[in-house]
Amino acid sequence: MEKKNIKGWLYLLPAALFIGAFLVYPLIDVIIYSFEEGYNSASQTFFGYGFYNFGYVLRDRYFLSALKNTFILVIITVPVSTGLALFISVLLSSIKKLRELFQTIYFLPYVTNTLAVGLVFMILFNKTPYSDGLVNVLVKALGGTAIDFINGPYWAKMLVNCVYTIWIVLPFKILILTSALASVKQDYYKAAQVDGTGRFRIFYKITLPMISPTIFYLVITGFIGAFKAYSDQVALFGVNLNAAGMNTIVGYVYDMLYGDSGGYPSYASAAALILFAIVLTITVINLLVSSKHVFYD
Amino acid sequence: MKVVLQNLTKIYPNRNRRIKKDVVAVSDFTFEIPDGKLVGLLGPSGCGKSTTLNLISGLEKPTSGRIFFGDDDVTDLPPENRGVGLVFQNYALYPHMTVLENIVFPLENLKGKDKLTREQMKAKAYNAAKLVQIDELMDRRPSELSGGQQQRVAIARALVKTPRVLLLDEPLSNLDARLRLQTREEIRRIQRTTGITTVFVTHDQEEAMSISDLIIVMKNGVVNQIGRPQEVYDDPVNLFVAKFLGTPPINVFDGEIISGKLHIGGEAVLETPGVKDMPIYAAVRPEGFLPDDAGPLKCSLSRVEVMGRDISVVSTHPAFEGEVIRSIISAENAADISKPEVRFSLKPAKTHLFNRDDEKRIYFSI
Repeated sequence: MEKKNIKGWLYLLPAALFIGAFLVYPLIDVIIYSFEEGYNSASQTFFGYGFYNFGYVLRDRYFLSALKNTFILVIITVPVSTGLALFISVLLSSIKKLRELFQTIYFLPYVTNTLAVGLVFMILFNKTPYSDGLVNVLVKALGGTAIDFINGPYWAKMLVNCVYTIWIVLPFKILILTSALASVKQDYYKAAQVDGTGRFRIFYKITLPMISPTIFYLVITGFIGAFKAYSDQVALFGVNLNAAGMNTIVGYVYDMLYGDSGGYPSYASAAALILFAIVLTITVINLLVSSKHVFYD
Repeated sequence: MKVVLQNLTKIYPNRNRRIKKDVVAVSDFTFEIPDGKLVGLLGPSGCGKSTTLNLISGLEKPTSGRIFFGDDDVTDLPPENRGVGLVFQNYALYPHMTVLENIVFPLENLKGKDKLTREQMKAKAYNAAKLVQIDELMDRRPSELSGGQQQRVAIARALVKTPRVLLLDEPLSNLDARLRLQTREEIRRIQRTTGITTVFVTHDQEEAMSISDLIIVMKNGVVNQIGRPQEVYDDPVNLFVAKFLGTPPINVFDGEIISGKLHIGGEAVLETPGVKDMPIYAAVRPEGFLPDDAGPLKCSLSRVEVMGRDISVVSTHPAFEGEVIRSIISAENAADISKPEVRFSLKPAKTHLFNRDDEKRIYFSI
């Protein structure tokens, strides 16, 4: 028995070493950094331990704006993308002809490079002295005035931000949901049909509960993913997100480390821990809510 | 409610597109199921029995032909307007609902003047549950029930709307042997109590024979024979029906009729008056063999299997179609069976002759 144990640990060792060196050690380091006050990265010295860094970050207007942006992004994109993905998946599952073609089309964004997608969004939304962008052409055709989506008002930028994020996360969710829908046994639908169940009721009473674990999985990973948003914003608004007013929490962490105003690992660590606390809280709330509504076979 | 099937035909396009030939699942099925009877649709897998059931339920539309419930033509009605209760092979109980919620589900779909109050629904659900004796389990989930209990819930759910016709698809196939015996009695009892015309599908002839008022034997989409179980067993119209019914199966010999006598392996074994001379198949039920020291059918004994009340004599014969002949004889006659050669005479009523070409029955006067 004892010998077998040692063998097991030996097998785990390589992975454990990597995880220890690149995950556990940095994590502990981040926690330590976040409590070191007045850390100077040039001299590698600090004054003492305390909560000052957290206080600083929570009062920093750039952090507060990043926090607000992230929350708006999460609250809008997670429900909308999940709902939209569900809607599209249900439609995809109900057609027979051309289903594979549509599935491929809907999955394309997933395999497309983020920056290429960003470029496409530029063409759609960007307003330059030479052109208004495709969306503005539409806006004008409908009798509106052209809006600068990339460098214009806050809501316009946030709109692009949300649309972009939803579009990026949609394919994966559609993929997962179509397979979940396909795995619901046809007999349930037949039984419901014989009993004269309406379409909406079938969806609400049978389909939804049967795929609820999948939806729950998508919501949780969706929340976590959206809270960690950063690269999409860079693709849309460039590296100076603070100037664009579109920074995110992860963006703030990056700026504090490497940005023009960077060199403050303590502030960055504190911000990262705050993000961790937020994600943890939301996930726990999700778990509590879902235990009542998610059905596992 | 009697169920009338008129020239019912269902043709599927072949799934393999290269083969243009369509699949005829049900071919020209005409029959009237009398009111209040329990009818077994019997046949090997792929014979169209499930398709027939789906046609009656309305889940499938017939290619041609009509279906009547009583005097109502229901052919073009969707399943929900036909008043059928359907029990699926795997029960299709909604796993996320309790037993009560499952049974109430069909009632909640009622609209307009049929709409029931919560109390009425609950009362009906409990009535149905009592009928199948699961009223103690109403708060359980299907996963917490045994196979037999799930089956009962499925029947209760099908009965709760008091359907005009109850349909059961392979109701016993998911149960173990003992439960199967018990459940088939149960189905019989429930059917008797409710008096609802019931059609069930099975590939197990024993199951069909034991509880049905009528059995319908199908093969390749074509109805071969309809009748009371004993009638069909005693009087099969063709070799397929004869082979399909009965355990152990009927024993088929290559035989020949020579001047009014059945010859097997060159020996005249039975008088068959009125049959003209030709090669035939002679099929003998296991209980059709009489051990007889002077009997004309000489078989070489393989072994004797004791089953208590009866014994089963396993033997071989050169003109026999299959591997071994199984004959069932009562235990009293068994004492002298030990010699390497066992001789039988045949009971005329248990011996059936079939045409070699179309395998149709050839009748002879006994």
